[in-house]
Amino acid sequence: MPNSPLTPGVQSGRLPGPAYARNFGDLEPVLDRHEAHVAADRCYFCHDAPCITACPTSIDIPLFIRQIATGTAEAAAKTIWDQNILGGMCARVCPTEQLCEEACVREAAEGKPVEIGRLQRFATDKVMAAGVHPYTRAAQTGMRVAVVGAGPAGLACAHRLALHGHDVVVMERRKKPGGLNEYGIATYKTPDDFAAKEVEWLLKIGGITLQTGVELGRDVTLEQLRSEYDAVFLGIGLGGVNALRSPGEELAGVRDAVDFIAELRQTVDKSTLPIGRDVVVIGGGMTAVDAAVQSRLLGAETVTIVYRRGQDGMSASLHEQEHATQTGVRIIHNAAPVAVVGAGAVEAVEFAYTQTGPDGLVLLEERFTLKADQVFKAIGQTLTPPPGVAAAKKLDGTPMAGVWAGGDCAAGGEDLTVTAVAEGRDAAEAIHATIMGAVR
Amino acid sequence: MADLTTNFIGIKSPNPFWLASAPPTDKEYNVRRAFEAGWGGVVWKTLGSEGPPVVNVNGPRYGAVWGADRRLLGMNNIELITDRPLEVNLREIKSVKRDWKDRAMIISLMVPCDEESWKDILHRIEDTEADGVELNFGCPHGMAERGMGSAVGQVPEYIEMVTRWVKAHSRMPCIVKLTPNISDVRLPAEAAKRGGADAVSLINTINSITSVNLDSFSPEPMIDGKGTHGGYCGPAVKPIALNMVAEIARSHETRGLPISGIGGVTTWRDAAEFMALGAGNVQVCTAVMTYGFKIVEEMISGLSQYMDEKGMVATSDLVGRAVPNVTDWQFLNLNYVTKAHIAQDACIKCGRCYAACEDTSHQAISMSAERVFEVMDDECVACNLCINVCPVEDCITMVEMDKGAVDPRTGKPVGDYANWTTHPNNPSVAAE
Repeated sequence: MPNSPLTPGVQSGRLPGPAYARNFGDLEPVLDRHEAHVAADRCYFCHDAPCITACPTSIDIPLFIRQIATGTAEAAAKTIWDQNILGGMCARVCPTEQLCEEACVREAAEGKPVEIGRLQRFATDKVMAAGVHPYTRAAQTGMRVAVVGAGPAGLACAHRLALHGHDVVVMERRKKPGGLNEYGIATYKTPDDFAAKEVEWLLKIGGITLQTGVELGRDVTLEQLRSEYDAVFLGIGLGGVNALRSPGEELAGVRDAVDFIAELRQTVDKSTLPIGRDVVVIGGGMTAVDAAVQSRLLGAETVTIVYRRGQDGMSASLHEQEHATQTGVRIIHNAAPVAVVGAGAVEAVEFAYTQTGPDGLVLLEERFTLKADQVFKAIGQTLTPPPGVAAAKKLDGTPMAGVWAGGDCAAGGEDLTVTAVAEGRDAAEAIHATIMGAVR
Repeated sequence: MADLTTNFIGIKSPNPFWLASAPPTDKEYNVRRAFEAGWGGVVWKTLGSEGPPVVNVNGPRYGAVWGADRRLLGMNNIELITDRPLEVNLREIKSVKRDWKDRAMIISLMVPCDEESWKDILHRIEDTEADGVELNFGCPHGMAERGMGSAVGQVPEYIEMVTRWVKAHSRMPCIVKLTPNISDVRLPAEAAKRGGADAVSLINTINSITSVNLDSFSPEPMIDGKGTHGGYCGPAVKPIALNMVAEIARSHETRGLPISGIGGVTTWRDAAEFMALGAGNVQVCTAVMTYGFKIVEEMISGLSQYMDEKGMVATSDLVGRAVPNVTDWQFLNLNYVTKAHIAQDACIKCGRCYAACEDTSHQAISMSAERVFEVMDDECVACNLCINVCPVEDCITMVEMDKGAVDPRTGKPVGDYANWTTHPNNPSVAAE
C-alpha cells in the first residue's frame, strides 16, 4: 500500500508520481512573445518613473519595457543587467507586488500594474537562452579582490569588479555557488536549475575564480585575505538560525525551515522526500511560506503557519500569503509556541494566543494545541560573524580597512535577493574607486 | 426613438450606414449578409468596362499600421476594381436589389476616360434597378496608371467632363467619389458640381507606404521583394477626411452639395461627427474588414441613443450642425483664455504631462518630490498637450478664464472677442 497524505508520521511518496513534476514545475511560466507585447503595451513610460525608485537596483523599467515593445528584448535585457546582473533570478523571486509593481501608476489607476517582473523574465530568459553574455571586461588592472560568499551579493560584486578589469576570487563554503538563490528559494520559483545556470552565465564575464567548499574562519582567515588581496568583500549571509526557545524543541521532527528548503532544492526526485502528515510552520516570513507551501506540495494533509503577530506584521508579502492559502495552507496569527509535545518525536505543538500591547507582545492565558508530526522553525536567521570581526547582529558597511560587506550579513540587508545585488554592486564600485584611487 | 432613415439625393435607406465600394461589397454573398446584418446601403465594388476583367496581385494586397495591443489603426491596399466578370456582377446586383428594395444599392463605376465607355457601362447597368451610381475618381493605385481613378480625380476638368457624360446618359442619381491626393479638395468638388453631380463622396484612400520590411528592405505589403504605394484608410485617416468634408460643406461654391462621408468611420460616434460636419450619410469599409458586419448594430444603437439624448428626431437634425463652427484660423477668438487644470484625485502620477510640458512645451507644470503635478498658470499657454498625453480621461481639463479676469501669464485682463484680423501685430492691420 503506497503512502498517501493520510499516512501517519513523516513519510515520502505521499503523492502519485506525476504530481511532483506538476507541483514543483514553473509556478508562473515565462510570457510568450505575444503576451509580452500585450503586457509591454500597457506601460505608460512614466517620467522619472516610480517603479525605478521602488526597485532596490534602480532598473530603468520603462526603458526596458519600451525596448521589449519595440522588438528588442536583447537591449531590454542589457538595460536590466546594467543595474542588476541577477535580473533573471530577481524576475522570478522579487516580491514585485511590494516593489516596482506596487509603485506602478497603473496600480493606482486600475489596481492592475504592468507585469514588470514577468516582462523582466521575458527579456532576460530570451537572451540567456541564446547563450549571450553581453559584457566584456575592461583591460586588466592587476588588482585582486577576494569575495567571500557566492550568494547574490557576492556574485553581483564579483561581476562588477571583473567588469572593471579586476581579478576576483569568490570563496563559497557550500558545494555550489548561488547562496539563497541555490539553497533558499522555493523550487517552483526557480525550476530547471535556474540558479546554477544563472551563475554559469554570470561567470562568462571572465576574471572570476570560484572556489567552493572554502569557509572563512575554517579554511582561510580574514587577515590572510586582507594581506593577500587588494580588497575583501564579505557577502556571507546569515549563517545562524534563531531558536524557538520552547521545551521540546529538540524532539525528532522539529527542524529549521531553511534546511528543509535547501534539501528540497537539492533533491531531484521530490517523491523521496519525507514529509509529515500534519505540518506546523512557525514564523511569518518568506521562509515560512516557502516551507509551508512546499510541505503541501509534497503531500502533507494539513499545513499550518503560526505567526506570533497579526497579519500586517508578516514579512511575507500579501501575494505570498495568498499563494499559501490557495495551496491549502492555514495561517494562524497572534499565537506563539509554548511547548513542543511528544515522546521521542514531535506529536503536537502547544500555542498561546498573543496580544500586542504597550509593553510589546504578551502571551495570553488561552492556549490551543495543533497536532504535528513535523515542525519547521522559520523565525529568522542571524549573523555568525567571522573570526576577527566583532560580533554584532549585522556587519557594518566597512567593518575594517580594505573590507566591504553587503547582502543579508550587512547592516541594511533586507533578506531580498535584489537588495543583496544592489549592495554587492555598489560595494564593487566603492572597491573599484578605492583601489584605483590608491594606484593613482 | 430617433428616426434614422435617410433620403440621400432621393435614395432612401433605413439608416445612414452604407458600406463603401470595396472588398466587402464585391459580391452577392457578402452584400446579402451585410443587409441581413442591418447595413442601410451598399456601394457595390467598382465595375470596369465589358471585357476581360482586371487582375489582382496574388500575394498580399493589404498593409497595416497597428496601435497598442495590435489594434488596427490604419490599413492600405493595392487591390484593384472588381476582378470578376461584369455580367456576373450585374446579375448579382439585380438579384440582391430585388430582395432588398428598402436598402440603397449604388454601383461604383470606373471606365476609361471617353464618352463611349461611360455611355456603354451606364446602359449596361440600367437593368439592375440600382438606385444610383458612384464615379470612382479616387483609387490611387493601379488604375491611375491606366488613366483612371485618381488620375481623373486629380484633374477637375476631367471630373466635370465625365460627370457631364454620366448625367447625359443616365437618369440615375450620380455621386462623384473624390480623391484626397490633391492639394485642395474644394476644386474637384466644384468641378463635380459644375458637371451636374448630385453629390460627392469622400475621401477615397490616401497614397501610402504602411511600413518597410527591415530585413528584406521592401515596402509592405511586399510582392516578390517589391512594394508599391497603396491606398491608406481606417481610423488613422479620419481627421483628414473630416477636414475635407468640412471644407466642402462650408465652402461658398459647394455649400449645400450633398456629401457622403467616408474615411475611418469605425463607431457611431465617428459617423455622427461626419454628419455634424455636413455628411448626409457615411460609408464604412475598414471597420467591417476589421470586425465584421455586426458592428452596424452598435452604430445604429449608438446614433439612435445619441440623437434621443440630444432631442434630435431625424438625421437631418444632426447633419451640418457643426459646419457653422468650422472657421478660418484668423477668425478664432484670441481673447478666449483657458488654463490646464489637473484634478489631483484623478491623477495617477505618471508624470507624462510634466515630461511633455517640460521637454517640449512651455515648462508650465511643476513636479514636487511627492510627484504632485501642478499647472503654473503664469506659464500655461493652454496648448492642450498635457491633456493629449494624459492616460486618464478628464484628469486634466481646460478651464476657461472669465472675462475681466487677469491672465497671470500676460498680466492682461481677458477681453471681448477679438481675432487676428484686428490684432495690432497683424501687418495688414498696421498698414491701414
